[in-house]
Amino acid sequence: MKIVGLIIVVVTGTLLIYTAADFPAWSDPSSPASTYLSPHFIEKTMEETSVPNIVTAVLADYRGFDTMFETTVIFSAGVVCFFLLRISRREEPEARYYRHVLTGVTIQLKEGYKIPPSADFEQIDDDWTPPDLIIKTVCRILIPFIQLFALYVIAHGHHSPGGGFQGGVIMGASVILFAISHDLRTAVRRISEKLIGIFCAVGVLIYAGTGALCLLLKLNFLDYSALAGLLHVDPVTARSHGILIVEIGVGIAVLATMIWIYNNVSSAGRYRQGL
Amino acid sequence: MIWPIDLAILTLVVVAAIGALTVKDLLGASVLFGSYSFMMCLLWSVMGAVDVAFTEASVGAGVSTVFFVAAVFRTTRRTRD
Repeated sequence: MKIVGLIIVVVTGTLLIYTAADFPAWSDPSSPASTYLSPHFIEKTMEETSVPNIVTAVLADYRGFDTMFETTVIFSAGVVCFFLLRISRREEPEARYYRHVLTGVTIQLKEGYKIPPSADFEQIDDDWTPPDLIIKTVCRILIPFIQLFALYVIAHGHHSPGGGFQGGVIMGASVILFAISHDLRTAVRRISEKLIGIFCAVGVLIYAGTGALCLLLKLNFLDYSALAGLLHVDPVTARSHGILIVEIGVGIAVLATMIWIYNNVSSAGRYRQGL
Repeated sequence: MIWPIDLAILTLVVVAAIGALTVKDLLGASVLFGSYSFMMCLLWSVMGAVDVAFTEASVGAGVSTVFFVAAVFRTTRRTRD
């Protein structure tokens, strides 16, 4: 079986390298992309969309349809992780453990007894270990700055590298850092599973909805200059604002998906202790 | 492009890739994969593709390493082959 796999890999690799020889050379001025497409983007992006960062303009405006389905791929990745890993069957533990938040006293309740959710007691698992004070404090200081940077990356994608994907991932990473430094139960209590699922879908909906809105305003799908009337700006600025709107949608979808995948993978679908 | 930097990064990319494939410890493999992603990120920024480098740094070197470590933590640390 290993030899068959090796043969397949070698044959596919050779074919790929053989076809790659037909590509135009790197930065070849006579390649089809460099003759009319790249000059158009480089010369016209600023006057057509008023976005200085050409990559963002190409990603969210000229190639907006492609990016929409990339967002859908991210969304499906989260949903697939959920369906594969999540164990929805409630396992009834033999005993429940509760920790009194203020004093740190842990109590054990026999099977069938439980404390109604309140601010005084938090439910913990039998393999619970107290989070390290130093790690907890450092993460508490660090997380707001990470989140602020994520918002900056999303909002400033027009002028500097970055955008919805990167900002969303950084925002998700800050929540994952919170889940690692405390435990998964605490993180899920802050951002519930239901909310993550809704965020995931809303992000894609914002993107596709913006496109559909342009369609309703009698222009092409994802042609943001249709939003000029709604936003009370000229069509060029409307394209810039449209890019920002869809970047926010992408950011929300990616943020929720990252947290969703982490929650499912790190707790093997049980949403208990986590890492 | 500065060729000594380029050559050094390319060598490290190949070394990290082969290391990630051959090492038996899966946790080590995921860390090596993270370093591979980071070298790729440096390579993108040397080529001037800053947006791609940013994505590679945040997704490849950052979050996906966490996912790999979480998956190793929940499964097994040694490979069987």
